[in-house]
Amino acid sequence: MTLTKKDFLGLYDTDAEEIEEILNTARAMKDILTRSVKKVPTLRGKTVINLFYEPSTRTKFSFNLAAKRLSADVMSISKSTSSITKGESLLDTAKTMEVMGSDVVVVRHSSPGAAKFLAENISAAVLNAGDGAHSHPTQALLDMYTIREKLGRLAGLKVLIVGDIAHSRVARSNIWGLKKMGAEVSVVGPLTLIPTEIEKMGVKVYSNLDKALEGADVVNILRIQMERQESGLFPSIREYRELYGMNKERLKKAGKDLLVMHPGPMNRGIEIESSVADSSQSVITEQVKNGVAIRMALLYLLAGREIKNEDID
Amino acid sequence: MKILIKNGRTVDPKNNLDGKYDILIKDGRIEEIAEEIKIPGLTTDSSIEIINAGGRIITPGLIDMHTHLREPGYEEKETIKTGCEAAAAGGFAAVTAMPNSNPVADNPAVVEHLKLKSTRSAVKVYSVGSITKKSEGKTLAEIGTLAKAGVKALSDDGQPVMNSEIMRRAMEYARAFDLPILSHCEDLNLSGDGVMGEGYYSTLFGLTPIPKASEEVMVARDIILAEMTRIHLHICHMSTEGSLSLVRDARKRGVNVTCEVTPHHLILTDKAVKDYNTDTKVNPPLRSKKDVEALKQALSEGEIDAVATDHAPHTYEDKLGEYDQAAFGISGLETAVSLIYENFIKTGLIGWNELVKLMYVNPARILRLEVEGLKAGSCADITVFNPNNSWTVEKEKLKSKGKNTPFAGFELSGKNEITIVEGKIVYDDRGGKDEILY
Repeated sequence: MTLTKKDFLGLYDTDAEEIEEILNTARAMKDILTRSVKKVPTLRGKTVINLFYEPSTRTKFSFNLAAKRLSADVMSISKSTSSITKGESLLDTAKTMEVMGSDVVVVRHSSPGAAKFLAENISAAVLNAGDGAHSHPTQALLDMYTIREKLGRLAGLKVLIVGDIAHSRVARSNIWGLKKMGAEVSVVGPLTLIPTEIEKMGVKVYSNLDKALEGADVVNILRIQMERQESGLFPSIREYRELYGMNKERLKKAGKDLLVMHPGPMNRGIEIESSVADSSQSVITEQVKNGVAIRMALLYLLAGREIKNEDID
Repeated sequence: MKILIKNGRTVDPKNNLDGKYDILIKDGRIEEIAEEIKIPGLTTDSSIEIINAGGRIITPGLIDMHTHLREPGYEEKETIKTGCEAAAAGGFAAVTAMPNSNPVADNPAVVEHLKLKSTRSAVKVYSVGSITKKSEGKTLAEIGTLAKAGVKALSDDGQPVMNSEIMRRAMEYARAFDLPILSHCEDLNLSGDGVMGEGYYSTLFGLTPIPKASEEVMVARDIILAEMTRIHLHICHMSTEGSLSLVRDARKRGVNVTCEVTPHHLILTDKAVKDYNTDTKVNPPLRSKKDVEALKQALSEGEIDAVATDHAPHTYEDKLGEYDQAAFGISGLETAVSLIYENFIKTGLIGWNELVKLMYVNPARILRLEVEGLKAGSCADITVFNPNNSWTVEKEKLKSKGKNTPFAGFELSGKNEITIVEGKIVYDDRGGKDEILY
């Protein structure tokens, strides 16, 4: 097993070999998910806490399911239904979880660096399920897994990420991960939503979607948040759709081999037309499915370190 | 009680002193400065304390022109007492209290309170009044009354006056009282919810950025308004190359503008935010390497008027946890002189004369303080620095209540050894005593 760090915080400091390890482990996990009995005893007796400070449907559900498939005891805490609303700090909440005996704390938080902060302060393994605009490694891993499953490789592929790059942890994690696996990454969006000096992360920047789509193998379309328009970062939803929306004309022009992805939740009819989201080129539902496998892989790699490999069979 | 400081290198550009001089202090005043002061029966005279300052640098008691003492209102962060002790330990004989206490120093009662409490503190405290009532940027504070109460300058530090019309009128009105405006230049719309300097690292760390422009547009605005109203504008904690060039151009036109830079903006870059260390969270934020290099060069070429700490103490809890939710500010009084020594004097970028200009002569000139430096008859405010006393910055050893320093763990080769205020030793670190005495 190559994943040796206590925590899994992001892809910035994960190397290609470790990514490879996670993706391969996920493949074994996906096999489990296709069986009629979709559960293995691997993490029996282990406790996983999902600490979600931000609303989330798929990530939380996915982590829950992943833990359950591995027979871990899993509990989820949301901001609105816990002592967090009484002003308890992130640290105290996590320490409480820790002394109750959790092995892995999965954390989703709106502050960049929150997962790292936790990791430094508790002895349980911390798994980053998204920290502000910084990092969302499991999403990037499931995206990479999906691409590799569909196209057979990552190296040399041209991946385009569309939309609000500035506020996107998905974009950053995808850039780190894909670059390490040898893919070429470009980003496109309104220039107000492209963060400063992102070129230094080794990506090409476009402001014109049609140009950016030329030669792309994969397009990953990000969710556009309505509050960005309200805060003056782009003029209207109508104009956004026209300039940066993925529609069937653009899909047709890009060709049949373009793989269409979206991390969800989608604004159908805004950043992505339904005809595109539901097309044969779309792997959006596949992404969700693979998400469970990726999260199983990471939970196993973090919590099941002392457990032998054979046990997952 | 007399004190005789012997064998040190005395540096005071105000009095054209740089060399080996002995200083005799009596009744709070400097009695004599001479190459060698000989007193018969000195070694047996118990009424004279002798400071052997061989290898030490003796300067006028340094002045910090930008300090947050937090009292009244935020005594959990700092008090006048603890802030002044921190200043004494850091080599300052005086600090300048910014008005953003609670209540704000927008009225003579708060100024009087500060004055009264500081008579019992380790070092001198100069006060700054607010520009607008409650520093809300809406209506002018009673500037004339504040002037009468003894404030040395006006500032809405921390809460920039966003309304240009109010700022214009404040400047115009203040001119009658010969008070400089210390401007915290920040366009709050451009800063938004930002928490660190905009650039590659803010992109990498996913933290909401504060653009350089948020400082620069206000530096430009305030220069234009100062030019129009013919007042003395002082730019606080200048942090970007662009601001520097605006100040440079304004000076060429003859605008009365001065500027200060903090040690942290001269030494740390935005890269230090790595690992989300909340002690690096400060406003203005740490900037890019290019900005830091430009400021360093400007400092070594004499274009910066003052080095000020912007000492902004916070509690442990204020800085605990998520980066974007932590308080802005760095506790700076106890590291400033050692940091400037380490990074500028030791490296040969500036000499001791320049340090004294940056941390004594110019702050005094900007604030119109009636100080005379090291000469016979003047008030005995003196700092004795030991350039060969290496130490490691440790949070828990700070006298300030604010342990929020990004320099924790830094090894520095020189340290303030003695601070004398009005002829009395208020800080003594001889033999590593690290004692506050007053």
